Amino acid sequence: MNKENNLYTVLFACAMVIVVGTILAYLASALSGKIKENERFEKQQNILYAMGVNENEDEGSVNFVPTDVVEQEFTTYITKQLVIEGDKITENDEAYLIDLKKELDKLKNGATPKLPVYVGDKDGETYYIVPMYGKGLWDAIWGFMALDKNMVVQGVYFDHKAETPGLGANIKQRYFMDDFTGESILNGSNYTGIKVIKGNNDPVNNIKDDNEVDALAGATITGNGVSAMISKTVTLYKDYFESIRTQ
Amino acid sequence: MAILSKKDSKLILDPLADNNPITIQVLGICSALAITAELKASIVMALSVVFVMGLGNVVISLLRNVIPSKIRIIVQLVVVAALVIVVDQVLKAYAYTLSKTLAVFVGLIITNCIIMGRFEAFALGNGVKRSFLDGIGNAAGYGIILIIVGFFRELLGSGTLLGYAVLGNPIEKTGLYAIGYENNGFMLLSPMALIVVGILIWVQRSRNPALIEEN
Repeated sequence: MNKENNLYTVLFACAMVIVVGTILAYLASALSGKIKENERFEKQQNILYAMGVNENEDEGSVNFVPTDVVEQEFTTYITKQLVIEGDKITENDEAYLIDLKKELDKLKNGATPKLPVYVGDKDGETYYIVPMYGKGLWDAIWGFMALDKNMVVQGVYFDHKAETPGLGANIKQRYFMDDFTGESILNGSNYTGIKVIKGNNDPVNNIKDDNEVDALAGATITGNGVSAMISKTVTLYKDYFESIRTQ
Repeated sequence: MAILSKKDSKLILDPLADNNPITIQVLGICSALAITAELKASIVMALSVVFVMGLGNVVISLLRNVIPSKIRIIVQLVVVAALVIVVDQVLKAYAYTLSKTLAVFVGLIITNCIIMGRFEAFALGNGVKRSFLDGIGNAAGYGIILIIVGFFRELLGSGTLLGYAVLGNPIEKTGLYAIGYENNGFMLLSPMALIVVGILIWVQRSRNPALIEEN
């Protein structure tokens, strides 16, 4: 058959689409169970990480609870999972599966989002862990923030989809995440969140009461994204936080 | 290289130096400046490209006699995209942590012009073995430059290599920092990658005048 023939070209294109489509569809459905499970474990690991349940060894490492025990650890440390829907707060053991992105989309359409809160208990201390979701430079960034009842951050975990390696991607490095610990999301009695600031003359974050952490070099937009994400989360959960604080 | 004929080994060795895709052909610059702020990212990207390009060149070479020339670019794109997605999905299922590290690179691999360039210029007209060698060679040539640039950018920009503080601690002023050395924050920004690549081109051309074009 003549290769330059239009019919041949069209047939080739169709065959290619069918073959490649079949391979990719087969692969996606065959692996989706395993991938979903990995994602679930990851979420549990991240939540536990934020409240300080992790296997960090030295100053630089980010080591989660291993996947084979994460489900068990999750049920041990997370005592309650709540869903806030408007004024209604219900307990739900599968709240951690809520996709925050979808819930925030609901907000845009004027509907009431379901906001999850994970209440953790470690060594007698109670932690309130909230999920966060926002925008970095290239794509989504998200994370978890663990607070005590005075609204002081006890730990955070950040992650990103496609921030620049070596620059914005460093939001998931220990030296950045650890800076948030000890900062308050309150300024007086206002819920201001925590800002990522360039040149605040506090590179190791010794000043804990300024609602500020030092930014990453070369990652201004990602840093601003983190600030915006925290402030959005704080606004969304304000009423719940206030009810804990004044308990 | 006894297993490869002289002509075949040239396919691998040429792109490493005298016909390097980045410094001589000036292709693949976008990813070279995007991900070289850290040595680790450079190495991961280099390895991924070696894999995708070796395999992609083989696939295109196998299909070279049936691909209609009118839609060959589309076919090439589909092949790269499919390969990258397959790798990404398999890693997500069986090596989740590794897949998280690679997620950023998926888009950059698909759009890497060196890959399309080699498909178009070489694999479409050559046999499987030669195409495979050409793919590996060009990807390695690209990778070497990435690793060199990543080395200098991480060392001078952050004072670390692969995350290890090799020059001392800039905050506690130990090591080199004790005598007043400072990290150069500029090195972390993308334009500095081009300057490093520029210096490499300069060095390479001054060592081998045959590479300089006549005006």
